[in-house]
Amino acid sequence: MTKLMALIDGSIYSQSVCDHAVWATAGAPATVGLLHVLGRRGASSAPINFSGTLVVDGRDQLLDELASLDESQGKLTQRRGRILLDQAKARLLEAGVAEVKVRLRNGDLIETVLEFEPDTDLIVIGKRGEAADFAKLHLGSNLERVVRASGKPVLVAARAFRPIKRFLIAFDGGVSAMKAVDHIASNPLYAELECQILTVGADTPNARKQLDDAAALLRAGGLDVQAELLAGQPDMVIANRVESRGIDLLVMGAYGHSRIRSLIIGSTTTEMIRSCMIPVVLFR
Amino acid sequence: MNFVFLSRLKFEWFGNIRGDILAGLVVALALIPEAIAFSVIAGVDPKVGLYASFSIAVITAVVGGRPGMISAATAATAVLMVTLVRDYGLQYLLATTVLVGLIQIAAGALRLGTVMRFVSRSVMTGFVNALAILIFLAQLPELTNVPLLTYAMVAGGLAIIYLLPLVTKVVPSPLICILVLTALSLGLGLDLRTVEDMGRLPSTLPIFLLPDIPLNLETLWIILPYASAIAAVGLLESLMTAQIVDELTDTPSDKNRECVGQGVANCATGFVGGMAGCAMIGQSVINVKSGGRGRLSSLCAGVFLLIFCVGLGDWVKQIPMAALVAIMIMVSIGTFSWSSVRDLKLHPRSSSIVMLATVAVVVTTHNLAIGVLVGVLLSGIFFAGKIAQIFRLTSTLSQDGASRTYFVEGQVFFASVDGFLAAFDFKEVLETVTIDVSRAHIWDISSVAALDTVVLKFRREGAIVEIVGLNEASETIVDQLAIHDKPGALERLMAH
Repeated sequence: MTKLMALIDGSIYSQSVCDHAVWATAGAPATVGLLHVLGRRGASSAPINFSGTLVVDGRDQLLDELASLDESQGKLTQRRGRILLDQAKARLLEAGVAEVKVRLRNGDLIETVLEFEPDTDLIVIGKRGEAADFAKLHLGSNLERVVRASGKPVLVAARAFRPIKRFLIAFDGGVSAMKAVDHIASNPLYAELECQILTVGADTPNARKQLDDAAALLRAGGLDVQAELLAGQPDMVIANRVESRGIDLLVMGAYGHSRIRSLIIGSTTTEMIRSCMIPVVLFR
Repeated sequence: MNFVFLSRLKFEWFGNIRGDILAGLVVALALIPEAIAFSVIAGVDPKVGLYASFSIAVITAVVGGRPGMISAATAATAVLMVTLVRDYGLQYLLATTVLVGLIQIAAGALRLGTVMRFVSRSVMTGFVNALAILIFLAQLPELTNVPLLTYAMVAGGLAIIYLLPLVTKVVPSPLICILVLTALSLGLGLDLRTVEDMGRLPSTLPIFLLPDIPLNLETLWIILPYASAIAAVGLLESLMTAQIVDELTDTPSDKNRECVGQGVANCATGFVGGMAGCAMIGQSVINVKSGGRGRLSSLCAGVFLLIFCVGLGDWVKQIPMAALVAIMIMVSIGTFSWSSVRDLKLHPRSSSIVMLATVAVVVTTHNLAIGVLVGVLLSGIFFAGKIAQIFRLTSTLSQDGASRTYFVEGQVFFASVDGFLAAFDFKEVLETVTIDVSRAHIWDISSVAALDTVVLKFRREGAIVEIVGLNEASETIVDQLAIHDKPGALERLMAH
């Protein structure tokens, strides 16, 4: 039985996350764990007091004050979280998901994801969350953190779900790309879809061989595969392909380079997720 | 897991940048008078306390285990240095500070932070009350045999400190107290003791220097007793403060890392000419109250402190001591747990005795470590006394009156042995005696010996003695209850 983890927040991506999760169950009986993390409590809730004095029994007073502030805020976020999860659960059940587990947790998102991850086959998350700047099309900050921290494939949901007929594997011969090919070749979810596998770069015998091997592996898994090797800038070529061939889903290895390098020269992964308006499955 | 570590590190440092910087500023302003006052207690130049506060605050910000906690030169450690400084001088104090750090690092490495669980609530309350009293007592030299004007200045300062927050909470009222009193004393040309009279202030950034002492065993024997006491008190106050900050912010902390952090901070502080310190309860509360939560707040407090002192040294030395005394009285009042006085009657008498004993011992010895030790011992004894009451001996006599079965239930250990022995009737003439201990817990060697005594006594009276259920009862006698490897063992242990 497939086990999915769907990360939900208050953004409009949450509905799409549910729909993508339903697609990922492929109609088979599956368990979807809906996870909403309330996050670490910030200090912003405290009233400003720079008096620098200690009044009589100031410790107890301060504790009461902070506790009651957190309490009222905690109740609010808790109620909101419940509503979000209930809506998502209803959506999933309606779509025929066999079992939905609802989890509302306090704490850090990454720590929580890692806690539940061992019991999960695929994580579903939206491209952007509540905190992201939609106008600039920036990606949610949690997305990269989850993908980098997690050892499981991550399905990044686009803004709205569209039926998936054709998917493209961006193949660079790396370890994570091989992981992606293995996963797809053995997963019934992809068996009925049209598969294209694309390597962008110089046409060397080595690259050609790796691509052919991957394609062979996919064919052995029963997929209908079109393999191509094109020269050019990876992100541009892939984005063009996605557009011109009407690709519905992109599969790729993610964040092959260190954070520092990404910080300086930018990350291809981030650029791909951002520029292609379709869902992406990431492997690391 | 590396990723979790990084994300936590980021949160601890940059989770609350604005709040941390502002709170650091407020704390730095409050730290200056305290650092000067505690230097005065220890009998060294204010510069020693100020360098120490800078160095300790900055280093614990990086290596400490409790983000948002403020550490610096403190009263608790300063009172322990008085005789050392008087008899041997500053260089020995610096060497002691380094040794304090080494001892604390060792304590952290040995995971002594977990020993804090034996320090009960009452002992902690006693500790803070005693600390408050010590801080207040340290102000007395500034309040005795002084012109009447000083009292007026202190009263005025206290009025500003307590009344100004009723009007505005945007500016630190201790700062206003210092500004107003300094302006008054300069403007009116009042003849008052000022910070300048207390000794030298820092004029440069701290520099690395080795304590100028002979490196031999004799030196070690001089500084070791001081260093151990200071290390113990420093750790106690730091761990207690960490717990208070844990409670206030509802976040966990790493107590053993805090021990090591305090040690590293003290070690380094000895080499830049500072005195040993530890976490400060009052300042940490002020920090949280001002919105400080992360490591940045402690770092900012230290850096701002140094900037103020070096940059404004000419002004700082004009501050009348009366202003500092007023602030220290405020700290003392704020540190004291007044509700504990009200609760004296409400709480169980044993708790109140523990609290009062801790306070009394500290005030007479000026050593918080001894006070805490006495408090912990007393609470242990009281606890043993309470548990000893969970004990019952019943018996049934056979029809013919020739044999009796005793049923032992409850906790048998050193404190309940007397009651255990007294409950048997050795005068009764019996042929057989059965002692059923299957519903008792035998905790230690004292209870085994007591059981032996009972058996021997009955035998001497000519009875045949049989003990039932000894195996179950003595499962508790080993030091580590090996309950983890048998499912349901805890239930079985608690049931019989």
